[in-house]
Amino acid sequence: MEQHQHEHHHHLPHLEIGPSEPTHTPLRIVSPKTYLIIGVILLCLTAATTAISYVELGVFNAVVAIAIAVLKASLVVLFFMHIKYSSKLMKLTVCSGLFTFLVLITLTMSDYVSRAWGRW
Amino acid sequence: MDSHTIAAQTAETAQLEHEHPSFLHHHFENLAQQREASTFGMWLFLLTEIMFFGGMFCAYLIFRNWYYSAFVAGSHTLHIWAGTLNTTVLIISSFTMAMAVHAAEVRHRVPLLRWMMVTILLGVGFLCIKGYEWHDEWVNHHVPGLNFSIEEFTHVNPAYPGDKPLAPDMAERTQIYYSLYFLMTGMHALHMIIGVSILTILLIKARGGAFTNGHIAPVENFGLYWHFVDIVWIFLFPLLYLISRHQ
Repeated sequence: MEQHQHEHHHHLPHLEIGPSEPTHTPLRIVSPKTYLIIGVILLCLTAATTAISYVELGVFNAVVAIAIAVLKASLVVLFFMHIKYSSKLMKLTVCSGLFTFLVLITLTMSDYVSRAWGRW
Repeated sequence: MDSHTIAAQTAETAQLEHEHPSFLHHHFENLAQQREASTFGMWLFLLTEIMFFGGMFCAYLIFRNWYYSAFVAGSHTLHIWAGTLNTTVLIISSFTMAMAVHAAEVRHRVPLLRWMMVTILLGVGFLCIKGYEWHDEWVNHHVPGLNFSIEEFTHVNPAYPGDKPLAPDMAERTQIYYSLYFLMTGMHALHMIIGVSILTILLIKARGGAFTNGHIAPVENFGLYWHFVDIVWIFLFPLLYLISRHQ
């Protein structure tokens, strides 16, 4: 028993890696006030996008609706999902994912737009 | 030495040799590193989800371009008030989920339980409103393959007297709108059902004191999932309900 206990008292030397290391980002607690403000802005944008859809803007109805949706999604990602307060690794991960998605959408759409070019 | 003393000593030794919390896995140096790794993994999963929903959004945009008047007519049969109400419910639920993560971070058990419960209720509320809309579409023969009729589209929609009735072949194409509508809202609702189920399990664990001892990763990662599902709806709402109002 005695022997067994002693074996476990070895301590591994701790590697001295400070909080500046990219994998050691300290937890940043976002205040409830920030969450509340973002929540209220999101609700206002929802009211705005519904109200604007009743106004005749031609092609800009879709443009404005998508722009407001992108703005709302950005607020959710930055504040509710903490990306504004996250490490560079996390920011880069999100950006590279969105970039890849945009490449796929753009290439697919440009194919559909240009397939019958000039034969409209 | 009786067995109780030995047991007590072993427990003490176990605490001494583990100078870190029990939820810190041995292959991580500290909690910050473990937290970063789990958040990174969660984001990679969410990126695959973006691609999954992105494919459906892409199909929606292409078919909307092809069968434009059918998509406009289909969109005109949705209730904008229900879509707006559901967007509001989901945004409030994202706020309450953010507050639940905050409660876990500052280790307040009772607020954590309350915010989680409110989030579950709002999630169920969303599904009820969505269920009402689906029921309405069933009653009006708007479900392709099961209960569909072009009747409504070959006549003028009373809510949109300016709309011209569709030709029968274009009226058939509204089925593509409804197929994508049910696919996208259905997949979104499936994510909501999975979310509500996981959150219920987390709530039961949190009642026993989990997640307020510094081990916040499950609540935090679930929060990311919940906010992602909110974002999907933020795009579904204008695409399905709003952008075709005026054409």
